Amino acid sequence: MKIVACIKRVPSTEATAKLSPDGRGVDTANLAYMTSFYDEIAVEQAVLTKEASGGEVTVLTIGPAEASKEVRECIAKGADAGIIMTDPEWGSRDNLSTAKVLAAKLGELDAELCFMGRVATDRDSASVGPMVATLLGWSCVTDVVALSLEDGTAQRETEQGLETISFSLPAVITCDKGLNEPRYAGLKGIMAAKKKPLEEVAFEEVPSQISTASLALPAERSEGRIVGEGPDAVPALMEALRNEAQAL
Amino acid sequence: MTTAIVFVEHSDNAPRRASLECLGAATSLTDSVVAVLSGAGAEEAAKALGAHGAGRAICLPGSDPFSPDGLARDVAAVVGEQGGGIFLAAATSRGRDLSPRVAALLDSALFSDCTALVRAGESLRATRPWLAGKVIATLESSGPVFCATTRLNAFNAAETGGTIEVSTGNSGGDFRELVKELSAKSGGQLDVKEAPVVISGGRGMKDADGFKILDELAAAFGNAAVGASRAAVDAGWRSHAEQVGQTGKVVSPQLYIAVGISGAIQHLAGMKTSTTIVAINKDADAPIFKLADYGIVGDVFEVVPALTAAVATLRAEG
Repeated sequence: MKIVACIKRVPSTEATAKLSPDGRGVDTANLAYMTSFYDEIAVEQAVLTKEASGGEVTVLTIGPAEASKEVRECIAKGADAGIIMTDPEWGSRDNLSTAKVLAAKLGELDAELCFMGRVATDRDSASVGPMVATLLGWSCVTDVVALSLEDGTAQRETEQGLETISFSLPAVITCDKGLNEPRYAGLKGIMAAKKKPLEEVAFEEVPSQISTASLALPAERSEGRIVGEGPDAVPALMEALRNEAQAL
Repeated sequence: MTTAIVFVEHSDNAPRRASLECLGAATSLTDSVVAVLSGAGAEEAAKALGAHGAGRAICLPGSDPFSPDGLARDVAAVVGEQGGGIFLAAATSRGRDLSPRVAALLDSALFSDCTALVRAGESLRATRPWLAGKVIATLESSGPVFCATTRLNAFNAAETGGTIEVSTGNSGGDFRELVKELSAKSGGQLDVKEAPVVISGGRGMKDADGFKILDELAAAFGNAAVGASRAAVDAGWRSHAEQVGQTGKVVSPQLYIAVGISGAIQHLAGMKTSTTIVAINKDADAPIFKLADYGIVGDVFEVVPALTAAVATLRAEG
């Protein structure tokens, strides 16, 4: 089975965001990058699937050539190959355009199963997975915390509880925390990854529909105050919540 | 005037609050709002929507068992038939699963988890957080349909007091996915994204048992959910479903109480848009106090039970 794990290179979750001097973009100078948190779970699930039932895992990304660092790190965890769809519009490509580019590539790769993170921690859109599946006419289960390919079922977390969904292949599965514990790449994996194929490919441009009108940093919250120390401060807190904040 | 199609979720024959907020967002963009509902109980729930800004409701029979891909095709068909220029849903589990599919079927990009939707002259604009709220982006789309999901607790429900015309729509077949089972949470616990009050615990709760005092405080409020920092979830004290932060859920409740949480940047990103923030921590230098409106420095195991008693007294007084 051809398995694809889609990943995205994103700013580190520990990073503080600044706007570029013209205010039109996020200042990327000195920004540390990482594989999006949930995409690591997607890579792990792809490798676990290969280990359990055979197949071949390709790590796929759209992004800058620098994403080779993240793709190599993912290959070192047990994938077989990597593809970077080098994107001059990276950073401004919208979810539908991204989904169209990825869907075309999944078709070309003859993939049957695609894992992605439930959301990328930069744009927080959580859209590309279900869009790809819809464009391809595949099944999609989102926010998956448990998966059984033998039974063709997945469990997803909802506000009401755990939903069990039966689905057929081919499918896109978007992975949530709890599905697995991503492994660390061992020295052997890191050495092996250097010899595995990592292609940089171009693709046919699909224009984005979304454009940025403006960017802003969130308003600073006005300075709060310490109402007191220990349990004796509780009446003062209640008073402030009732009468000042009207939060009760 | 552009017609907005709003997907409305319901349970126990009543619309969900998140969907009423979404209808409220729709009424600020257009006077022509059509609600679409699916499944058993839809007709009954639809009757309540006239008072919240919808002029018409279309009830889809849906499938039994429920199919996520089937629903997406049915809803996209309604948007097409109604000539809808706007499609909105609340950013719930169901709405976030449904909306990208509907948007793709309509060949339109999607604005997820928006905190504001406005009309700017001829165009519509969506404001949404990037990087879990570290940056706020205001965006436009040239796509055929303006598709967006609305963040929970970010919009007010509209109280328009109108009447509604309810009709029945069509549901197709040929499903790829079917929901076989829903194992409901015990005791009707609220989700951290939906609850008006969120009480989160961090490393300062010491262990899983330490969270009992937060469960008790939540019970005293009656409308509160318990959340957790990444440290508490990684330690196995609470489930990931309760994690607040950049690798968990982003919440905007009316009242957020951070207990024993120092305030790592990725946690702050997930809760800083809460209306009022309270921090309780033994370390007076904890970064969380810089963000909090009100702070108490002290032992959480002494302060929280006192707060629980005060809240219980207030509730008893009505």
